[in-house]
Amino acid sequence: MQVARVVGDVVATIKDAALHGHKLLILQPVSLDREPVGRQLVALDAVGAGVGEHVFFVRGREATFPFYPLEPPADACVVGIVDHWDTE
Amino acid sequence: MILAKVVGTVVATRKDERLVSNKLLVARPMDPSGKLDGNYLVAVDTVDAGFGETVLIVSGSSARMAAGMKDCPVDAAIVGIVDHVDVEGVSPARREAGAGAPVR
Repeated sequence: MQVARVVGDVVATIKDAALHGHKLLILQPVSLDREPVGRQLVALDAVGAGVGEHVFFVRGREATFPFYPLEPPADACVVGIVDHWDTE
Repeated sequence: MILAKVVGTVVATRKDERLVSNKLLVARPMDPSGKLDGNYLVAVDTVDAGFGETVLIVSGSSARMAAGMKDCPVDAAIVGIVDHVDVEGVSPARREAGAGAPVR
């Protein structure tokens, strides 16, 4: 899993039927210093996250697991909202 | 998932039989501000997207979760046509009315 900041959302009317009713968020992965690292991506939202929040997300097949037994076509999914993190 | 712009089509007569009758499009990854970057990729179209449209592409084994793609040899599928994106601090890259109309 990776930590990211939610920076936006995507609106798509025409989409795979299994994606209906799911929120699509734009994520910017961040380092532990909260600096942006890497490319922005679009992820499904399984926890009700919003713009400006720090979240963690999964990539790959596991991105569909929060919606089991449904299998929406997703390769990234927000699975937690970060309250705070501590590092040395 | 990534945002991408459809920039072309691929025609292949000889292909895996499970790909027959699927539309293949060439897309180029795009960041939410609309800037194209990265390498072109070929994706199976499951939502009737067309040339010039901004689409949502799912990659990896999850591409097989797209409608009708079960057990197909695909690793990228177009699963949505983007109406607009809203990014904080950036004006939304809205799709202009009439622009990017599907090519059928």
